[in-house]
Amino acid sequence: MSTIDVRGLSRNFGGLKAVDEISFQVNEGEIFGFLGPNGAGKTTTINMLCTLLKPTSGSATVNGYDVVRQRSQVRRGIGLVFQDPTLDEYLSAEQNLRFHAYAYKIPRESQEKRISELLELVDLADRRKSKVHVFSGGMKRRLEIARGLLHNPRVLFLDEPTLGLDPQTRRHIWDYVLSLRQQSNLTILMTTHYMDEAENCDRISIIDRGRLIALDTPDKLKDAVGGDVVTLKAENNEKALLELKEKYQLSPVLENGNITFSIPQGEKFLPRLIGTFQTPLLSIGVRRPTLDDVFLRLTGRAVREEEGGLKEMMKTMMKMHQGRGR
Amino acid sequence: MGDLFLGIWVVAYRELLRFVQERTRMLSSFAMPLLFLVIFGAGFNRLIGALTPGVDFIQFMYPGIIAMTVLTNSIMSGLSVVWDREFGFLKEILVAPLSRTGIVLGKAVGSATISVGQGIIMLVLAPLLSVSLSPMLVLKLIPMLIILSVSLSGLGVLIASRMRSQQSFQIIVQIIIFPLIFLSGVFFPVNNVPAWLEFISKINPLSYGVDAIRQIFLNGEIAAAGMGQGYPLGVTVFGHTMTIVQDMLLVAVLGIVVLSLAAWSFSRQE
Ligand SMILES: Nc1ncnc2c1ncn2[C@@H]1O[C@H](COP(=O)(O)OP(=O)(O)OP(=O)(O)O)[C@@H](O)[C@H]1O
Ligand SMILES: [Mg+2]
Repeated sequence: MSTIDVRGLSRNFGGLKAVDEISFQVNEGEIFGFLGPNGAGKTTTINMLCTLLKPTSGSATVNGYDVVRQRSQVRRGIGLVFQDPTLDEYLSAEQNLRFHAYAYKIPRESQEKRISELLELVDLADRRKSKVHVFSGGMKRRLEIARGLLHNPRVLFLDEPTLGLDPQTRRHIWDYVLSLRQQSNLTILMTTHYMDEAENCDRISIIDRGRLIALDTPDKLKDAVGGDVVTLKAENNEKALLELKEKYQLSPVLENGNITFSIPQGEKFLPRLIGTFQTPLLSIGVRRPTLDDVFLRLTGRAVREEEGGLKEMMKTMMKMHQGRGR
Repeated sequence: MGDLFLGIWVVAYRELLRFVQERTRMLSSFAMPLLFLVIFGAGFNRLIGALTPGVDFIQFMYPGIIAMTVLTNSIMSGLSVVWDREFGFLKEILVAPLSRTGIVLGKAVGSATISVGQGIIMLVLAPLLSVSLSPMLVLKLIPMLIILSVSLSGLGVLIASRMRSQQSFQIIVQIIIFPLIFLSGVFFPVNNVPAWLEFISKINPLSYGVDAIRQIFLNGEIAAAGMGQGYPLGVTVFGHTMTIVQDMLLVAVLGIVVLSLAAWSFSRQE
């Protein structure tokens, strides 16, 4: 039996289909990634799986419990790191963890040890008595991760868990999560915008506009792109597009002023192309495909469109502003 | 059942923890009642004189001010719910394996504990106002303060259960709750005012809470006033003057209704 089993799950907000007939299974001990642009429906899906939001239709089970009918049982077995902050800023780091320990009935004897252990892990042991509102964004994030793991959940939901963390801390937390998975068979469902993080997943589902458009291992998904990725820029991109299509039978896409297409054995193709191409080129390069390319190929758009990047930036700025106001 | 009590205690525990961390809130919660007591007391006491032999205006108003302290602070339980929603902590509470009823009761119990404490602190003023206190009086007062504050905290949580911002909660408090508090007989006997005001005061459930607390302080005198002067200082409905126990029951029923509604509203929250 799968640890997470999702069947035809949908959620509408008014006329908007935020999540549209999603189905997938996650096995015990698996790290399962959600990749998709802003507004794809990742958070909405997690909210349904963690019982905070009722599905419009479809069903899902976590640890074998139905997320609508057996909400308490589901809640007992899961840990969460939400996308937006959920700490009590007026309490200290330790008090926040203590509240969590009480709420999840961690036996008194082991509370102290567990709290110290996790504060150690996220490198906050020396700040345990500090109020959370004096913490930096990254410190708050680390504390939330510690809290999500405190009660030894069997399934962990991570909604962009490493947003705003420096690369070192990200690495550190990933190492811990990977080791946990080996020790305790923890199952993880996570969303991320970082491609290198997505590479850590056993399987990735790509979701766009509420629909699940691909689901496979990172390697298989990349293979599906069809070889290496060539990126070029021409003096006249329109003309170059046309030439690539007609002369070489390729299916190039124009995105942010760059033309990309994929081709098996790119290194060998490149010299031939440069030798015969008529439109003057400004730049050209070849590389192994990334998950970005997978997304681009499936949807014709990048995971982070200009607009998406901007929205994300505004969101972060607003959060910073709110944080200062308090 | 275990989940219920766990919910009550965890949520109430945090509410109290939060309160002791916020010293300004502790002080500000006394500011308004004290201000009213001083301003109205000094302003009207000589003008009005004795409402009935042995009860001057300050002595009449003082129990009302205690009730007011408890009422305002209890309602603020709602603010803490909205606050938690705005700053995200509500998600941490809602996703924990705690019963929804437990969470609602926990908020009410936490906030009621604080309000009752504040009501009791107001008692230190009694000797200054020549209001006599006896252990018996305090013993009777405490259960009434508890019933009143749990009920009103429930109302606060109910109002907050669907609100997204602190501003909208504050607006509701200002246009609905404060008028209800002012029209609950804190400052005047509700039997001796224009008919429209009397009507509003008497359908206002808070009037009965205020009346119960006033009767606990001035029991004998209130009864006497009814005999001598033509209008009782208590609350008279259809010719019947409410007793303490009847007041208490009425407030308790209000409490049960709003707490059930709040628990229901929380459990179907998405
Ligand atoms: N409570 C809500 N009411 C109305 N619409 C909502 C609500 N929550 C989400 N939506 C909409 O549902 C869609 C999916 O949102 P969701 O938060 O799931 O996206 P996401 O994939 O998590 O995006 P991001 O990467 O920006 O976090 C968006 O269009 C969003 O506006
Ligand atoms: Mg999201």
